[in-house]
Amino acid sequence: MTRAPAAIIIVAATIAFALLPLVAPSYYASLMIPFFGYAIALLGFNLLFGYTGLLSFGHAMFLGFGAYGAAVLAGVLGIKSFEAVLFAVILLAALAAVPIGLLCMRYVGIFFGMLTLAFGMLFYSFLFKFYHLTGGDSGMRIPRMNIIGLEFAHYNKIEFLAGPFYYYCLALLGIAAFVMWRIVHSPFGLHLKAVRDNPRKAEYLGVHVHQFRFAAFVISAAYGAAGGAILGFRIGLADPELVYWTQSGQLVFMAVLGGFSNFFGPIIGALAFTLLQDQLQSLTQYWRFILGAVLAVIVIGFPGGLAGLADDLRWRQARKSP
Amino acid sequence: MTALLETRTVSKYFGELRALSDVSIAIKAHELVSVVGPNGAGKTTLVNLLTGLLTPTAGEVLFMGESIAGIGPVRLAERGLVRSFQLIQIFPQLTVAETIAAAVVSRQGKRWRLLAPLASDHAVGARVAQVAEIFGLQHRLARPAATLSQGEKKLLDVASAFALDPRVILLDEPTSGVSTAEKHGIMTTLIAAAKRAGVQSILLVEHDMDLVAAYSHRIIALAEGCVLADLSPAQFFADPRLIESVVGKRMG
Repeated sequence: MTRAPAAIIIVAATIAFALLPLVAPSYYASLMIPFFGYAIALLGFNLLFGYTGLLSFGHAMFLGFGAYGAAVLAGVLGIKSFEAVLFAVILLAALAAVPIGLLCMRYVGIFFGMLTLAFGMLFYSFLFKFYHLTGGDSGMRIPRMNIIGLEFAHYNKIEFLAGPFYYYCLALLGIAAFVMWRIVHSPFGLHLKAVRDNPRKAEYLGVHVHQFRFAAFVISAAYGAAGGAILGFRIGLADPELVYWTQSGQLVFMAVLGGFSNFFGPIIGALAFTLLQDQLQSLTQYWRFILGAVLAVIVIGFPGGLAGLADDLRWRQARKSP
Repeated sequence: MTALLETRTVSKYFGELRALSDVSIAIKAHELVSVVGPNGAGKTTLVNLLTGLLTPTAGEVLFMGESIAGIGPVRLAERGLVRSFQLIQIFPQLTVAETIAAAVVSRQGKRWRLLAPLASDHAVGARVAQVAEIFGLQHRLARPAATLSQGEKKLLDVASAFALDPRVILLDEPTSGVSTAEKHGIMTTLIAAAKRAGVQSILLVEHDMDLVAAYSHRIIALAEGCVLADLSPAQFFADPRLIESVVGKRMG
């Protein structure tokens, strides 16, 4: 992707998102909150998958760290500032990712996937079984918090989500995407791509393969927790379902749907999935069936995902008009 | 003059199997030394010992006087010993510029710069351009490595290793998988590039006796895990029995 069209698309998308709460019903604006949460989590997930070549099947665990972290910090300890909670859960998830990462980094491919799945399920079982600590299947409440020090007390929940919190999350996604853009275009990001493409060769070029996989894992955990905190905040609940392995599968689905070879693919995937799921759920109870079919079509017909499809179309246009 | 890279009475066993026994070789500065031998002679084991992948069962492997037994590829590269591979090793999705830059980033110690834009790092960019030019890849910088010709892939494989400013480079059958027409061109480019890049010695592991004859200063012949001969090319090629034991009986 060349720089100029990318910049135009980013500006256009930002304007569209900025205008959305003003023109669309508040339902749609609040529907975008999970999109923001998933998009941030997926930016991290894709640093690991698309850029480092490690497919995690347990990434929902980090969503859980974010949501349950927010529940403990805001609900139990009474911290009122969402920024403080966000900062704390990012730090905690990164710390928690250290021992998990050290254990998982020895493995690649299916073994890495299965190991992350196992850790995800361990965490799920913990949440589910330690009822007195975690509320078990009923989860933990996440109270409403202040954003940038403002309470917005005169807004009801929907107004708050569709107004101030919407713009707040849009800004967070912007920051998260900017930081991730810098990471993947840095010398560090180049070494991650070298690890993905050919770890054996990379080692002989002085690339610290294990350390770099580990670093990508920790960063992706931090992004996952930030996304999880947003998801939990929206529904006011840290729910063990957020950590269940199907959620991890859903993250993989979104990345594939959007296109994991493209920087913006995961964001596009999160948006497409959120809208698709919403529309299909209101149309038919067999929405999972249709989602499955969509996934099959994407994998077989458009392995580059939606972003890859857009690139293809532009390439064909360029060929037609020399 | 002391040796840059040497093995002292090195033996390597894999269980009961003796891959190398009592091998002592030394590569000095300004030398191109070829290691030849039939399949199963222990060339691969020797390469893996010299590149810090394996630890010898007995004996020492030294690079610039220090043991490199089992230190692994990353630390080896940092000390100034690099290698190319028999089977071409590239990063399929990385461009030529990115592939070379990966090595330059290591060399310049910039690997942990998480947020610095690589594109505006002029020190990296200048070095990438310089290395690409040495290998005649300057017009391919933006091409993904997967789209290069076999010969260009081979050059890129070696160019990325050169970008680490090595003292010694180990070339493992550098012209395997390359057409006969291209092989001398590639060897000439590699040797000229090595001189320009300040590489002090080259260790060539090669089957092709044509290339060995044309470019070596010294030839080390391995057979059944032992050093059979360590001679100048003139002496080596004067002994038909030696040649036969290395390349096997000529077919037809």
